[in-house]
Amino acid sequence: MLQALADGFLSGAIIALGAIGLTLTMGILRFANFAHAELITWGAYMALAVLALTGTFAGPWSPLSFGLPLVAAAAAGAAATVVLALAVDRLVYRPLRSRAAGHMTLVFASFGVSLVVRMLVLIAFGGAATYYSHSLQIAVRVAPGLRILPDQMFVLGLTLVLVLGLHLFLSRSRMGLAMRALAEDPELTAIHGIDPARVVGWTWAIGAALAAVAGVLYGLTIQLRPEIGFHLILPLFAAAILGGVGNVWGAVVGGFVVGLAESLSVLFIPPGYKPAVPFLILIAVLALRPTGLFAGTSSAGGHR
Amino acid sequence: MSGFASYLVFFLIVASIYGVMVLGLNLQWGYTGLFNAGVVGFYAIGAYGTAILAGPEREALVGGFGLPYPLALLGGMAATGVAALVVGLATLRLRAEYLAIATFGTAIGVQLVAVNFERLTGGVNGLIGLTRPGFAWFGTPGAYNLFFLGVMAVLVAAVFLALEAAVRSPWGRLLKAVREDETAARSLGKNIARLRLQAFVLGSIPIGLAGGLYVGFIGYVSPLDFLPILTFQVWAMLIVGGSGNNAGALLGAVGVWALWTMSGLAISRLVPVAWQSQAGAIQVLLIGLLIVVVLLVRPQGLLGERATVSREAE
Repeated sequence: MLQALADGFLSGAIIALGAIGLTLTMGILRFANFAHAELITWGAYMALAVLALTGTFAGPWSPLSFGLPLVAAAAAGAAATVVLALAVDRLVYRPLRSRAAGHMTLVFASFGVSLVVRMLVLIAFGGAATYYSHSLQIAVRVAPGLRILPDQMFVLGLTLVLVLGLHLFLSRSRMGLAMRALAEDPELTAIHGIDPARVVGWTWAIGAALAAVAGVLYGLTIQLRPEIGFHLILPLFAAAILGGVGNVWGAVVGGFVVGLAESLSVLFIPPGYKPAVPFLILIAVLALRPTGLFAGTSSAGGHR
Repeated sequence: MSGFASYLVFFLIVASIYGVMVLGLNLQWGYTGLFNAGVVGFYAIGAYGTAILAGPEREALVGGFGLPYPLALLGGMAATGVAALVVGLATLRLRAEYLAIATFGTAIGVQLVAVNFERLTGGVNGLIGLTRPGFAWFGTPGAYNLFFLGVMAVLVAAVFLALEAAVRSPWGRLLKAVREDETAARSLGKNIARLRLQAFVLGSIPIGLAGGLYVGFIGYVSPLDFLPILTFQVWAMLIVGGSGNNAGALLGAVGVWALWTMSGLAISRLVPVAWQSQAGAIQVLLIGLLIVVVLLVRPQGLLGERATVSREAE
């Protein structure tokens, strides 16, 4: 029970980091990006590639399993993911937006993009599971019946730091405020003279960087597989919609709720059905409260 | 029959099964603008529904009702329609994306049930040894395939004509009106939500029919036949052919299936054995690229939608 709770918080942290970017793109760019989860896969593998290039040039920070090399690789992976997100926006989504194609056409295109990204990773790195490091860690006994790896504590701590940092950015900086304003009401920002194209760029950059970090954390605590992103699509949407589309804190809460529900579900249902839990949450939210727990963008629910 | 001719028959049977699916999707997306991201899930419901109803009774398994194949096929279609009704009722009132997300989830859920609910679906082994309808009348598999192709031709024509009649009816014009300008249609006092639900359920039924036909053709059902890539294949077929055009839907089914088959053949010939699993990814990558490029370069597809203009406007 306690162990399931700990696992739930861990996967919840990863889902939350991914869902932040998804809820921002859904709120600001106004389309459900099915390729967002592939940014997680991309970030994780780009970090792996950088790590392979640099080699482990410094030892791990005991008691963690990694040191400076992985942190540097994660930063490079995040940069590569931002580049991918901006390039895809430039090549695919922006032409569609400027043609005033319906927003469902963008959703459709994002499916195509997700296939291309996932298959590129599969072709480049192969389909087998890999790891950043094969060194073993000793779990720390936190409480009776609860053992946590130092890396897992690091994941929770880093998530907290990133979410707080994002909160400061969104509440203090001019760009952050503009992003929130655009998520709430697109016409409002135009009045205040903020270039919407720059807001769009920042939205992609923040979402992609957080997704890449989520990918590295996934690879660090679980493993790397080309299907990481595909299996996270439903949990991310469930978290974003549960939290209210466009609402960053909602996405974080939603991420933890989905992660905890998934891992606690094995106490009640056969583990084979665990991947269905996010979908059940999603259907329940859509049926009962489509605006989410904390209503975000006003156009999120209700009639179209 | 020569090898090539028998292969061509096989190819056309599979393409026509896809064609039935694409026709159903065209009613949802092409005419009504509803995004079904879980085509494979509805296809699987039709397939499993048919297999469970037609299958011989067996121990330790739920189902196996031994119904005649045509009845089982109708049952599979009905099951698909009910599933679509449930998903549609839950999401069609909401933002258009939510249907996409919910149908995507439906496909994942169906896959989980197919793999895990062994007493109903046979789990990863699937349900094997189903009677292929009318197989006893024919001596050889070649002759049987030719017969099956004939059945498929009749069914494709029937679905095509039924959908053509539907979209040309006042009901079909209303669908397009909703797709083009929902507010205008609503201001005319039309019940948009019900119209959408009707189109979504009606469009799902051919997708379920295709699943049942596939089971009839190969004689077994297994979760490996219902992978997410199928949804993307069907989508690629629809937009390549031209969404909003039923003839385009069929053209796209044959064209993209030919492309898929030939690219698979080329890869198996040209790529070394050690790289084969990665080479399969190239095929999928091509489908993704095809979707993105068509949306960007030729969103109307090969045929495109016929412009319909009122007689008074001319």
